[in-house]
Parts: sequence; structure tokens; C-alpha cells
Amino acid sequence: MVDFGGWEMPQQYTSIRDEHFAVRQAAGLFDVSHMGRFRVAGASSRQFLQGLVTNDIAPLVHGQAQYNLMCNEEGGIIDDLVVYCGSEGFFVVVNASNRERDLSWFREHAPADVEVEDRTFELALIAFQGPRAQELLPCDGLDAIPYFGFGHGDVAGIHALISRTGYTGEDGFELFIDSDRVGDVWDAILAGGKKAGVLPAGLGARDATRLEAALRLWGNDMDESVNPYEAGLGWTVKLGKGDFIGRDVLQKVKADGARRQLVGLKMQPGDIGRHGAAVSTQGKSVGVITSGTHSFFLGYPIALAMVEARSFQVGDRAVVEVRGREAPAEVVKLPFYRGSARSLSEKKESRHG
Amino acid sequence: MADRRYTKTHEWVTVDGKHATIGITDFAQSQLGDVVFLELPSAGRKVAARETFGVIESVKAASDLYSPVAGKISEVNEKLASKPELINSDPYGEGWILKLELAGDLPADLLDEAAYKKVAEASSH
Repeated sequence: MVDFGGWEMPQQYTSIRDEHFAVRQAAGLFDVSHMGRFRVAGASSRQFLQGLVTNDIAPLVHGQAQYNLMCNEEGGIIDDLVVYCGSEGFFVVVNASNRERDLSWFREHAPADVEVEDRTFELALIAFQGPRAQELLPCDGLDAIPYFGFGHGDVAGIHALISRTGYTGEDGFELFIDSDRVGDVWDAILAGGKKAGVLPAGLGARDATRLEAALRLWGNDMDESVNPYEAGLGWTVKLGKGDFIGRDVLQKVKADGARRQLVGLKMQPGDIGRHGAAVSTQGKSVGVITSGTHSFFLGYPIALAMVEARSFQVGDRAVVEVRGREAPAEVVKLPFYRGSARSLSEKKESRHG
Repeated sequence: MADRRYTKTHEWVTVDGKHATIGITDFAQSQLGDVVFLELPSAGRKVAARETFGVIESVKAASDLYSPVAGKISEVNEKLASKPELINSDPYGEGWILKLELAGDLPADLLDEAAYKKVAEASSH
């Protein structure tokens, strides 16, 4: 067990390698109950959230979720979060390590008619992720839930809020279930999926799969010293939606161009670029590794690096400090691996043939 | 089977006459998680007791390896180059790391199983 944002969580249940393959080839079951969950309710809750987050939540209707960033006045990323639009108000899911900071930020900015309630300890959250997740989840009607959509249903006979979201690059679901019933659902999913190769998956497999999918981890790949454009998340910033915290600075960053960029690196077996390791090119230091691991699935180590803008193009060579020596790396396109996750533009694309 | 002795840095050693075999403990492999790579010296190199002789890299972190005893390396487990996971699956058997020809006496601070167990328990909290 390791400490993760104050929660005791398993790095692995059996083996990181086996759990990683289960997620990529069948499905893996993660306990992500450590994520912070807030309910935001009240007459002006939409307007309030719109002023806190970077994406445009105005068009969200009941049953839709959206990936968002929350920035400080300087445009630095306080956290990344998913905003769920419910029938009465909103629900947000934030990083465990930021829960208390986020909660006070929300409450500090909330007008009198908006109530922000921490529901983290009443609802458990589990994630079932993999190319066979829909087939193997004991629940009917899942086809009606689009990517980044959610609905209600019974999973193994127990009521759940079911969201087609995740952090692995695979298709799959995140299930919000009453804490005192979640154990039964967990056991039923594992028992039913055993023959197909379903495994419980720990933090190690979660980090490897999210990194292959190039999903950013707050605290590693971004923090309050990094703006969304540097993190490669400019697509979540809707400058035209009206005022929100950080907008003025972000408008200027967009106009001037970001000073740093996040790039993907492929490395040689045995060379793992660890968080903070120096990245250089032609003898000049240009940045640092933000996340790195060995990908059992791809068969080589991968890393994300925050480097000076325009220092690299895809295909370029880079040098990374590994155990005090210089290790070669190649700049590659992100994501490192594209899993079975449906895309938001899926419908639009299929309409055009 | 010779007695296995341990270090506070989670290596083990077994001694048979002048020959020693060393590896890392089951507790160490469970803390490291899946091992992906080992950087090891070549046979013929001399090491002192508690000297760093290599690096073990797991998905979680890179850690130094320390020799529990002094001696000259006679053999390196070549299988670990292609199957580093042997460290996880069989740390006291197929996952051995080095064989040494002992030089001098065994260090006095090597731990027996009961004493090592206490060290491991203390570091898991």
C-alpha cells in the first residue's frame, strides 16, 4: 500500500504488468474512491462554475460531462476536473491531492445562493476500463450512454450513476455507488469477468495506461506554474465564452504563443526518464521530464517532458539524464497509444461517412 | 542449504565456503513493484562490503544495489537481462543477482531472519 493524497491505495493487486495488459486487452477494475467529489447546487450554479473553469459549460445539458481546467489569476492550473451536469445542479470530480484546496477555492468564490457540498465520503467511485468493458459490465442499456455522457442504471442489481469516462485511453465506465454497497458490485464485476481476463488494477497500471494515452497528471505534468497552452490543453480553454478566472492572462499567452510545450519521448529499454530528469538537445538543456515509466504493453519506456517551445519536432532526437548519464530519446507523436475510447467527434465523423 | 543473511538495505546473501550468492529480499521486490531493468557490473570486478555495485529499476523507481559482503564477482545472473521479472517471481531462487568469491570475514552487521523481519516491518509503515 502506498500513500496517495492521504489515501492508502495499492500500487498493484497482483502485478502491474498483468493488470496493465488486462486493461488493454479485456478490462481492469480500479478503485478511484480517493477522487474528490463535490455537489454544486443553487440558482446561479452554472454561472458560478462558468467563472471558475476554462471550458464552456453553457451548452451542457443533463446527462453530459465535460473535461475542464481550473486556473488561478495568473493562468496557472489549480486542478483538472470533470464537470457533470445533473438534473438539479452540477457534480464535479477533482484530484484527491487537491480536494481541500479546491473545496476552499470553490467556497471562496461561490455567491450566497450557491451551495458547495463535499460528497467524497458518501459515494464510492470505481472505474471499469478496457476494450471489453461494455460487454463485461453486468448492466443493460449502456449503448445509450455516449462518450462523456452519464445515466443511471443497476449494476449487478445495485443502483449506480454510470459515466462513460475514464483515465486509461480505453472505452469504459466510472460508477458512482453508495459506499456501503460498492463492495458487492466490485465482487460481482470481478467474478463475472474472471474468465475474460478481468483483473483489479492498482495505481501502477493506472499511471502506465494514462501515460500511454498521454492523459496529464496534475502534480506531475502540470501545476500552478503551468498554463493550459503549455500543457497542450488549449482545447479546453474557451476564451470567447465570457469572463473566467485567468482569462486575461490566457488570452495574452494564446496571442504571444506559449513559452513551453509538453512533448512525448520514446526511450531505449532500461532507460526510464524519471520526473524532474533534465532533457537536452545539442548540449543545451531545454526542459525536464514530467512523467516517465516503462510501458510493458508497448515494450519500451515512454515519458512526457516540459520543454522550451519549438525546441523539438516529432522525429527529433533528445537526450535525457538517466542515473547520472545521458540516454538517447526520440520525440514522438502523442498519444503513445490510442485505445478503444470513443471520441467526442465520433458521431460527427460517422454522419459524414 | 546455507543460512540466508540480510542487510538493512534489503539485500540477502548465502555463503557456501568461499562462495557467496546475493540478491534482494522478497520484501524489497514487493516494495519496488515490477522490475524492468538491472544495471550490473561484469565478472572480475572487486566490491567492498556495503559498496554500490549496480542499480535496479522498477516501474516505480531506480534504487542502488549494495553488496552485503566483500569479494570478487565470479558470475552475474545473465538471465536477468532478458527476464528481470525473475526478481519479482523468485527473489531467493532464480532471481539471484551475483555470485562472489569472498574476501576476508563476513561483516558483523549482517542480520539473521528474525532481525531482518523487524527491519522490514518497520520500513513498511
